[in-house]
Amino acid sequence: MTTQVSGDALVSLKAVNKHYGQLHVLKDINLNVRKGEVVVVIGPSGSGKSTLCRAINRLETIDDGDIKIDGVELPAEGKELAKLRADVGMVFQSFNLFAHKTILENITLGPIKVKGVPKGEADKDAMALLERVGVGQQAPKLPAQLSGGQQQRVAIARALAMKPKVMLFDEPTSALDPEMINEVLDVMVQLAKEGMTMIVVTHEMGFARKAADRVVFMADGQIVEDATPEEFFTNPKSSRAKDFLSKLLSH
Amino acid sequence: MDVIIENLPQYWDGFLRTLFLSLVSGIIALIFGTVLAAARVSPVAALRGFSMTYVEIVRNTPLTIAFFFAAVVLPRLGVTFQQFEVAAIIALSAYTSAFIAEAVRSGVNSVPVGQAEAARSIGMKFSQVLTLIILPQALRTVIPPLINILIALVKNSSVAGAFYVLELFGQGKQLANANGDAVMWVLVGVAFFYLLITIPLGYLASVVERKVAIAR
Repeated sequence: MTTQVSGDALVSLKAVNKHYGQLHVLKDINLNVRKGEVVVVIGPSGSGKSTLCRAINRLETIDDGDIKIDGVELPAEGKELAKLRADVGMVFQSFNLFAHKTILENITLGPIKVKGVPKGEADKDAMALLERVGVGQQAPKLPAQLSGGQQQRVAIARALAMKPKVMLFDEPTSALDPEMINEVLDVMVQLAKEGMTMIVVTHEMGFARKAADRVVFMADGQIVEDATPEEFFTNPKSSRAKDFLSKLLSH
Repeated sequence: MDVIIENLPQYWDGFLRTLFLSLVSGIIALIFGTVLAAARVSPVAALRGFSMTYVEIVRNTPLTIAFFFAAVVLPRLGVTFQQFEVAAIIALSAYTSAFIAEAVRSGVNSVPVGQAEAARSIGMKFSQVLTLIILPQALRTVIPPLINILIALVKNSSVAGAFYVLELFGQGKQLANANGDAVMWVLVGVAFFYLLITIPLGYLASVVERKVAIAR
């Protein structure tokens, strides 16, 4: 396992362990993500990659080890944790847009209620973000009136509205119809180009090749490989990774 | 029939008192019950424990015991009231809030967990997650059971008649004693005035339910 250590890690996990009862879902995870880096986490289902992603903003608690965001250890439940979460954008597999709020309100709620941004300013910023992800027309609608791809782009805009230091993507395209996957990936690629620090759990190998600085391969709760996409896809070192890649390519 | 018409002033007096008891207790119970439900889902273990214990005890003991506590035990502990209505309101709201807490809690559980996760991930505090995201969405599922509980509250307020409060049932009891030959009609009158409150409540439920459903 190669862990790329660096002095200015924006996200750092050290010796992180987590159990679900008997099941050891995260085994001694060490990972550093530098500012501006795009790290794609791949692996078979049940390998712990989603849990890893959710642990970084403490939607999942960990048993031991420590997780730091920009040098600050994740606080326990409470105000401090809320504050830190505002700096960590999260995009979920199932979008999770607030069902009772319009698209515009979905974006502005965080800035207004959490950051105290005046409504006029929040609305303006939100419209700019919605335009940027290509759903400006949908602002007055409710989430249920949008397609999956549109909803996920709104979810990305909602996270961006908080001006996060890092964005976490937990299988952002897994719940989408095939023809909608690209519109979401395009937004993510654009975001990566603009220098956003991203940790992306995905099955989209195309995205990993195109946008990732590093590919982290997980299996059975462990980080098995940590390499550049070039290295990983052409010359995987572990048999687990070779096995995983061969299954992907056989169809 | 005549007995009802002859005694309309008493009925009216009792009706107003029943309405008053139900309204005040209902509002207090709605507020306290929601607070209890919030405590039940809060991250603080002590609050969860308190809420659970309260609901389990109050929900599983007869209302008469709540009345007995409020009207007899509290005064002995030094908490005295000028009017028995106060004791009745304490008993009714304490009792009803336990049921409201359970209804609201089930409504909260009906909101997909991803909604709360998304709210937390943009930095909302627990209180914001609850009041801005969860409760507004829980409202729709909670309205029908809530109205049921309020209807039960109106009828439960009749227990106050046994604790020196001359509400509708208390008035009915007096009228029945005074008109031994027309007890059936006295009670028909009592039932009629209860229906005057409970049937509109049921109607209100369907109206509100439809409104909230469209608003989504």
